[in-house]
Amino acid sequence: MKIDDATVRHIARLARIKVSDAEAKTLENELTGILGWVEQLSEVDTDGVEPMTCVTDMQIHMRKDEVTDGGYPEEIVKNAPESTDNFFVVPKVVE
Amino acid sequence: MSDPTRLTIAETREALTAKAFSAEELAQAHLDAIETGNAALNAFILPTQEHALDEARASDERIAKGDTRPMEGIPLGIKDLFCTKGVRTTACSHILDGFEPGYESTVTQNLWDAGAVMLGKLNCDEFAMGSSNETSCYDPVINPWRRDGSDAKLVPGGSSGGSASAVAAYMCQGATATDTGGSIRQPASLTGTVGLKPTYGRCSRWGTVAFASSLDQAGPITRSVRDSAIMLGAMAGYDEKDTTSVNVAVPDYEAAVGQSIKGLKVGIPKEYSMEGMPKEIETLWHQGIAWLKDAGAELADVSLPHTKYALPAYYIVAPAEASSNLARYDGVRYGLRVEGDDIIDMYEKTRAAGFGAEVKRRVLIGTYVLSAGYYDAYYLKAQRVRTLIKRDFEQVFEDVDVLLTPATPGPAFALGEKSGDPIEMYLNDIFTVPANMSGLPGISIPAGISGEGTPLGLQLISKAFDEEMLFRVGHVIEQAAGKLPEPEDWWSVS
Amino acid sequence: MANEGAPAHLINSSTGDWEMVIGMEVHAQVTSKAKLFSGASTEFGAEPNAQVSLVDAAMPGMLPVINQECVAQAVRTGLGLNAKINLVSVFDRKNYFYPDLPQGYQISQFTQPIVGEGEVALDMDDGKEIRVGIERLHLEQDAGKSLHDQDPKSSYVDLNRSGVALMEIVSKPDIRSSAQAQAYVSKLRSILRYLGTCDGNMEEGSLRADVNVSVRRPGEDLGTRCEIKNVNSIRFIGQAIEYEARRQIEIIEDGGEIEQETRLFDPKTGETRSMRTKEEAHDYRYFPDPDLLPLEFTQAYVDDLAAHLPELPDQKKARFMKDWNLQHYDAEVLVAEKERADYFEQMVGLGAEPAAAVNWVLNQHLGRINKEGIAFEDAPVSAKANTAILKMTAEGTISGKIAKDLYDLVWETGGNPEKLVEERGLKQVTDTGEIEKVVDEVVAANPKQVEQVKAKPQTLGWFVGQVMQKTGGKANPQMVNQLLREKLDVAES
Repeated sequence: MKIDDATVRHIARLARIKVSDAEAKTLENELTGILGWVEQLSEVDTDGVEPMTCVTDMQIHMRKDEVTDGGYPEEIVKNAPESTDNFFVVPKVVE
Repeated sequence: MSDPTRLTIAETREALTAKAFSAEELAQAHLDAIETGNAALNAFILPTQEHALDEARASDERIAKGDTRPMEGIPLGIKDLFCTKGVRTTACSHILDGFEPGYESTVTQNLWDAGAVMLGKLNCDEFAMGSSNETSCYDPVINPWRRDGSDAKLVPGGSSGGSASAVAAYMCQGATATDTGGSIRQPASLTGTVGLKPTYGRCSRWGTVAFASSLDQAGPITRSVRDSAIMLGAMAGYDEKDTTSVNVAVPDYEAAVGQSIKGLKVGIPKEYSMEGMPKEIETLWHQGIAWLKDAGAELADVSLPHTKYALPAYYIVAPAEASSNLARYDGVRYGLRVEGDDIIDMYEKTRAAGFGAEVKRRVLIGTYVLSAGYYDAYYLKAQRVRTLIKRDFEQVFEDVDVLLTPATPGPAFALGEKSGDPIEMYLNDIFTVPANMSGLPGISIPAGISGEGTPLGLQLISKAFDEEMLFRVGHVIEQAAGKLPEPEDWWSVS
Repeated sequence: MANEGAPAHLINSSTGDWEMVIGMEVHAQVTSKAKLFSGASTEFGAEPNAQVSLVDAAMPGMLPVINQECVAQAVRTGLGLNAKINLVSVFDRKNYFYPDLPQGYQISQFTQPIVGEGEVALDMDDGKEIRVGIERLHLEQDAGKSLHDQDPKSSYVDLNRSGVALMEIVSKPDIRSSAQAQAYVSKLRSILRYLGTCDGNMEEGSLRADVNVSVRRPGEDLGTRCEIKNVNSIRFIGQAIEYEARRQIEIIEDGGEIEQETRLFDPKTGETRSMRTKEEAHDYRYFPDPDLLPLEFTQAYVDDLAAHLPELPDQKKARFMKDWNLQHYDAEVLVAEKERADYFEQMVGLGAEPAAAVNWVLNQHLGRINKEGIAFEDAPVSAKANTAILKMTAEGTISGKIAKDLYDLVWETGGNPEKLVEERGLKQVTDTGEIEKVVDEVVAANPKQVEQVKAKPQTLGWFVGQVMQKTGGKANPQMVNQLLREKLDVAES
């Protein structure tokens, strides 16, 4: 599978990572190499094999419906690059 | 007083009880070692002196009252993936610059509850993505070991390179580490330390920065098998805050150390004998087989036919999960923000500046394999292969108690030697990844010295939740290997 | 298809008939104390980020743990929709970047939802019943809220809603008119409220609908649909559909093509408008959330929830009709709101005669409530007070007219009806002598009318009115009638 420039830019966009032209070129080669290498999996016959969902055999554990958390807005925004009145502040989002 | 930094955890425990030295003196000795040695090794990225001394003094009070806990006063280093309350935690990534969690990870909290003392935060590969500790935003960690007659800087392995290097260089008595594809066992092997990856679900993942959720598991790096058992006993346990943590009682791991292995069945998986594998690795493996045979174990050749597919499957599953786990680093709630023209521009610039090359590579691979039209061919295929890999182990473990394999395909390599080609770097984890893919516990035990004069490890893999088997058999290898040479101290400056 | 045979609700245009095809995705907030995957409160209206846990803010290393009540609520809802309950379901991550989505993904259910196919029956005003298929119901997290009006250059993000449990209920494209769509949402809301699984408060956003609308010539294949996002009132749903269908018809009739897109309804203009087209198509990269195991439960668990399910509107309606002989329409209106049905039942339980009670509740009580524009449960006249009023009327203690005055009096003063009747002397006068006295007065004072009534017996009513007026409405009307006939010599008509 050859990963071309357009694909690199498309997935970089999906992943919200800006890539320079030089980076895109390098990534094109690296991703092509890695994806080519993992393609050896196609040798494995997986017909009728269930994909793994959890590596250990266990049942999901559930919580009771109780309010046990929250009430510390200052702590929530403490590490934020920008905040006002306990709101996170981001560049204007146009809907 | 002899140098307390040279003692194992088990020895220190006795010395503290016997009041041979105080916990404060012990902490200070380690802080001094960090002070003199860290500039060369770069294992610690944030020593926490005052914190350490305060905790050590509290331990001394307890010791004075005879109210000691299992790891009372033991000085540890903490991989920077574990969130530590009020202490900067970054996963060695610029994207988390300046992040100070208001919470403590379950694993570290368990250690503090057991009396352990934090010396500081340890370097690692960025978001634990790497096998040489060269991807850290805090620069690489250096292995205290050097090749015979050379002063070339060697890598300690990764991603827990800081943990391995610090333990090997006597800057701490044990360190927390995490293992997603080999990040505990591979650096342990390359630094002559003991590295244990527990069964998936044995240690809580709560409060540990996630890389690949279905694979990540915390474990200890120590200088002996007994220390590993002591430390795992403190780290492990059920945590209701982690749905994937398993509610199984934590056994007395230390009790397994020293038990006979007579009559145990040890499997030797033939697929681990790979083409192009260095002769000395083969030789070491045979040596291990001989030791176990001498100790009364039965050896059996076994087959794990899908072994070679574990690594490529891993490089689909782990990046896929990582691409999603790392989406939260967006410049909104913590860490780095690079301003942009609008919100999307802010995201893209922040993530471009915050993530290093390897992290970007994996996030992009992960994004690609999950994207529309490729999901079935890559992600689902890999998860099916994973089922087969796990099945291989299940079948083999119907007949044998434990598996013996090499830990790494070779000894420590030089800085920059393998960082040019991602796949060559990925191949470092070829022997360790299958255990992660199957959720099984594995341990790396120092077993010999390479032709270059650097350490080599052997790996044991057991059934799920049978870490006791690893300690039991691992101790036999440790005993048989005898006292291995130590790295000559070139890193300390007085 | 469920609507086969039902008359099509066609839109006539100059070029012929058009048919609407509508499917709905309703997002209903699960009634629970804590969020789906964290212990933070779900209460509405808290200070910014005050109901946010470390998990909801997606702090590094945080993990979701599911709230068992949210699971139970989803199962109850599935049962209420006569739907298949899936004993194994899976949580997936839906990946996209948005500032009010802290994890960078929403935990949802994609390929294996907790509830599968079901059905809702709707009674339409024309007396016809139609059935709308349910495609699925799944559990997912709500997002936070971005405020855009606080600052010219910035948006403010509040994560209080982040992680609140939602049920997304997806219908089949079985709906053929805006009235059906409105009836569907009303019915769904009613079922959820009966079950106690969602409070149905559309103003606070507890229930909101995405409406998929397309048009086609009757009998032809489905047209291209547009999705109208987040419509938050039943009235708006009707307006949005009407506007959107006509917009699409106009485009097609002008030779254009419908572009599949997401649109927003603007309540001010009554129009839908295209949301700024996203620069790239969404690629949500769904995959099973590795932090959560598959959600599994037993049939016994489902059976237990089913055994404790409350009576639902359809069942209640059938019972009202059977036990108390209510008219279909009356029963339908009563059960549409659980509070209304409960109120009525309470009155009957206290001894009110069912036919009188239904009439009284739907006309007198509901009439006043609607006039005041308040919520049913906020009305100040209790079921007990209304029962007392009806009982006094039935026993002849008060007249029908006084009953209405008394009701208003109770509404305004909050007093006890029996006491008010005593205190204010509202009792119906049944003393023949007393009434006769007034009758005689009225007859004596109006000789002209007395002349008239001999020729025109139907003017007797005028005398009745005069007597009632003089007695303040308290005289027993039958007795007044009887006495007047005797005095004026007017035969029974």
